Amino acid sequence: MPAVSKGDGMRGLAVFISDIRNCKSKEAEIKRINKELANIRSKFKGDKALDGYSKKKYVCKLLFIFLLGHDIDFGHMEAVNLLSSNRYTEKQIGYLFISVLVNSNSELIRLINNAIKNDLASRNPTFMGLALHCIANVGSREMAEAFAGEIPKILVAGDTMDSVKQSAALCLLRLYRTSPDFVPMGDWTSRVVHLLNDQHLGVVTAATSLITTLAQKNPEEFKTSVSLAVSRLSRIVTSASTDLQDYTYYFVPAPWLSVKLLRLLQCYPPPEDAAVRGRLTECLETILNKAQEPPKSKKVQHSNAKNAVLFEAISLIIHHDSEPNLLVRACNQLGQFLQHRETNLRYLALESMCTLASSEFSHEAVKTHIETVINALKTERDVSVRQRAVDLLYAMCDRSNAQQIVAEMLNYLETADYSIREEIVLKVAILAEKYAVDYTWYVDTILNLIRIAGDYVSEEVWYRVIQIVINRDDVQGYAAKTVFEALQAPACHENLVKVGGYILGEFGNLIAGDPRSSPLIQFNLLHSKFHLCSVPTRALLLSTYIKFVNLFPEIKTTIQDVLRSDSQLKNADVELQQRAVEYLRLSTIASTDILATVLEEMPPFPERESSILAKLKKKKGPGTVTDLEEIKKERNSDVNGGTESTPVNASTVALPDSPLQGSLAELVTGPRPRPSRLNSSRLAIHNLQTGVPCLFKGFFTSESTPSPSADLLGLGAAPLTSSAPPPSSTGSLLVDVFSDSASVVAPLAPGSEDNFARFVCKNNGVLFENQLLQIGLKSEFRQNLGRMFIFYGNKTSTQFLNFTPTLICSDELQSSLNLQTKPVDPTVDGGAQVQQVVNIECISDFMEAPILNIQFRYGGTFQNISVKLPITLNKFFQPTEMASQDFFQRWKQLSNPQQEMQNIFKAKHPMDTEITKAKIIGFGSALLEEVDPNPANFVGAGIIHTKTTQIGCLLRLEPNLQAQMYRLTLRTSKETVSQRLCELLSEQF
Amino acid sequence: MQFMLLFSRQGKLRLQKWYVPLSDKEKKKITRELVQTVLARKPKMCSFLEWRDLKIVYKRYASLYFCCAIEDQDNELITLEIIHRYVELLDKYFGSVCELDIIFNFEKAYFILDEFLLGGEVQETSKKNVLKAIEQADLLQEVNFSFTRISQILFNPCIITGAYLFLQRSSAEQFGYFTVNIDVYVQWKFQQSGQKICW
Repeated sequence: MPAVSKGDGMRGLAVFISDIRNCKSKEAEIKRINKELANIRSKFKGDKALDGYSKKKYVCKLLFIFLLGHDIDFGHMEAVNLLSSNRYTEKQIGYLFISVLVNSNSELIRLINNAIKNDLASRNPTFMGLALHCIANVGSREMAEAFAGEIPKILVAGDTMDSVKQSAALCLLRLYRTSPDFVPMGDWTSRVVHLLNDQHLGVVTAATSLITTLAQKNPEEFKTSVSLAVSRLSRIVTSASTDLQDYTYYFVPAPWLSVKLLRLLQCYPPPEDAAVRGRLTECLETILNKAQEPPKSKKVQHSNAKNAVLFEAISLIIHHDSEPNLLVRACNQLGQFLQHRETNLRYLALESMCTLASSEFSHEAVKTHIETVINALKTERDVSVRQRAVDLLYAMCDRSNAQQIVAEMLNYLETADYSIREEIVLKVAILAEKYAVDYTWYVDTILNLIRIAGDYVSEEVWYRVIQIVINRDDVQGYAAKTVFEALQAPACHENLVKVGGYILGEFGNLIAGDPRSSPLIQFNLLHSKFHLCSVPTRALLLSTYIKFVNLFPEIKTTIQDVLRSDSQLKNADVELQQRAVEYLRLSTIASTDILATVLEEMPPFPERESSILAKLKKKKGPGTVTDLEEIKKERNSDVNGGTESTPVNASTVALPDSPLQGSLAELVTGPRPRPSRLNSSRLAIHNLQTGVPCLFKGFFTSESTPSPSADLLGLGAAPLTSSAPPPSSTGSLLVDVFSDSASVVAPLAPGSEDNFARFVCKNNGVLFENQLLQIGLKSEFRQNLGRMFIFYGNKTSTQFLNFTPTLICSDELQSSLNLQTKPVDPTVDGGAQVQQVVNIECISDFMEAPILNIQFRYGGTFQNISVKLPITLNKFFQPTEMASQDFFQRWKQLSNPQQEMQNIFKAKHPMDTEITKAKIIGFGSALLEEVDPNPANFVGAGIIHTKTTQIGCLLRLEPNLQAQMYRLTLRTSKETVSQRLCELLSEQF
Repeated sequence: MQFMLLFSRQGKLRLQKWYVPLSDKEKKKITRELVQTVLARKPKMCSFLEWRDLKIVYKRYASLYFCCAIEDQDNELITLEIIHRYVELLDKYFGSVCELDIIFNFEKAYFILDEFLLGGEVQETSKKNVLKAIEQADLLQEVNFSFTRISQILFNPCIITGAYLFLQRSSAEQFGYFTVNIDVYVQWKFQQSGQKICW
């Protein structure tokens, strides 16, 4: 192609560009640009009307200046004028300027849209092309609104030229990505699917991209694309290398189209139709076979294109995860690539194998490559390849090779690049925990981790080791001995001091028998590190010392001396000072018994998902975080950090920096927004100081009141039961006198069931309302505990008298749900609102809901109202995130017929994906994305916390849009739980 | 694909194409960061890297780096060949392309890219078809005829009669519509007859 008109005669532009290139300095360049800008501005403002050519030239110059990185604040209007020029070249420059420099100036958008509209209607394919390119490049919502209805028509019209169809398809794709709400689904969708059969491969290429994106969101509507894509693919892979003429790329037939078709097929599960399925398997086999053939060209383009198709085929095989034969072949193929001389292929092979490792069919095959991968870790020169090797080792790890892999990773960690150290640390910590047969190995590994890469060991990692050591008494002695030895090193990492301090504080007594680690030696060892540590660590050590006072009374005076020293008592840091003062006081005034109770060994932590796993997920998560996600993360870190209200024995002083500290503070401060970590620990300390008697009281009464939260809150109310009379206030007596029906509970108020259902997926709202009374609810739940605020609003201007709300539980419910509350004031003034707090503890799973009965006198009449109180089993849900393979593994484990509960029911509300998602999250389970092979389905997981047990729950909701039906399946380890959750959730859709 | 950047060894940005909406500030930040990262890599290293939550695919041609950002599920190798095909297109159009061609004819580089990739997806992979589209546009550029020019054509004895008939038919149409169609029509006729335009 001869360069027809390089620069097409815009000499002025060429001169300007070479001027800029000749500028010796940045300043000179800016000067030249400013001169030009002034010139253009005066031309645009001048009285003389500019001809099209000059306008084009100046707009082009402005564009050039903008692309150099300078701001342009004028010229938009001139560019828009160019759009309506009849000269192709002027129009083209106008569109280019708009595409690059569009801003949401509403005035201009209208003009631009107008010009585009004209060009789309012009029936001139070149102009239509320009207009479509512009829409696709800008893709703003305004444009979507204006054209999303029009473009599908152009796309499927019979007389549209091929090139316009291609542009229209991709233009629509762009609009769908930015504003799916403006792109209406309709008859055109089925015609778009048939573009897969188009004669023109360019049209097929463009259409496949569009269909893939649409199919991800609307799988049902585009289901027919599967068989068409398979037959198209089959024709391509079996074609001779010259059949497709210009669509053959370096002897590879239509590689781009093949890749796109394989991507499209990944939106769906394996085809159900046996013939289609067979044909697809043939295609995939052919692609795998071709990889073994000698290359048709030595050019890298040939092998790249060929392998691009191969890798996409392997992705599809992994996605289907159903043909063991193909999976193993894919794995072998990747194994060959692991030792390929092309770095790119080694990289990709490691990456793909990672996903292959999670398939049960190919996991073993992947494991055979362990030596190669370890070797890659040692010898690859490119850090990004080594990173992939680490990922793969992590993915292929199981009980059989964990020791080897962890050892290799630790080895690598010593020399690893700083950028990936933290991630490796997390991975080692997770593997060590997950596959620990022997917990001494686990402790050794983590301590090694801290030794090698202490700076990269995050809080979560050392919290976790403490949680594990506390929960397993078989490893406590070993852990104490090991940290003691590790602390002997003259320079040890601060994280080691933290772990050491915590563990010795709890279990130092287990090694105190050995004269080499006598109490005093332990104490001196820790205290020798004290002055080198940061404030938080020192604070932790102070708590260790007070624990030592209890463990080793013989060194009490030594410790008191340390606490009493000026550097502690008069420390500039208020936290340290306060701890020193409080601990010193505690050690002086409290008797041995009290000390023993307050400083008792920490109770076991509830079993939960490793916090580190969450951290790793977080690290891998997307860079941009919305508020919502932030909140979710915060919640996650709370859960995993252990700050949730763990059943703390009220009399145990948690080590100040332990995760439990927060929960103590939280219990004390009530349902206010969580204070920051620092604040929370200070609050706790404060309460410790002022509340020592209270804590002791808590201890003495704790035998009789099992609910820790209630006691700390000091509500001290007796549990309410149906058999018990209404709380004895002066008012209730009067009721008895006045009313003959006072003790009779009214039947449920009409609409109560409906209202009840609305609260299953939410916690706040209005529960009941009539002309007199409004009942509002606010509740929060954590693990097996909850608290509900009931607000009674008097809507009248007259007082309610003898106002008596009562909670009624059946005997059965009473044994599984513990409710505590205080009576409210029997008089509710007109227009006033009273509040009642109910503390809730879930002992075991339950079916019914408690009844809230309210009796009062309004004017001369007696009112009696009953409503169901929405305390449902799902409130004690804790969401659990898990990957696809974990989910299905667990799903399979729960295959007992009693564990599964299924319900097929008609949709009661419009079937909206987003609303459904919100409901599932509101229900309490985690919503797992990209788990179900069918993206239309919803999958959730969570744990129901009760006092006695924790019950893992998996759920799957399959909507059927055509029939307007849902199928809901619940699998949990307990039959009654499956049943109840299924009941509750079925009512929601 | 989320965006494509072309920059020189010296880190000068030569072409930028964004397929996702981002603010100018964000674009500049990304560009700076990526140019730095890619230029720091050694020649034998692999062409892919993870960056934020995207995958970067890059390749160097002489003094120019071509760098694409793709999403997690996108295919790296095929992206590498997208780059190569684009280079081939530029090469064919400019006749052994060099960095200067792209500097001085930046608008052409954008036009070619738009014909090849649209909205971040491959629109047309056939080299012939892409170049034909650009060629046609170039032809139209030359046939910049004014209204008087059209009458000259009409009275020129060697003009194809079809053009005349066409003009008659659409004479009732607006001026704009009319010229638009004659542009395409005449150019198409000439292509058909293999004649060279000579006026």
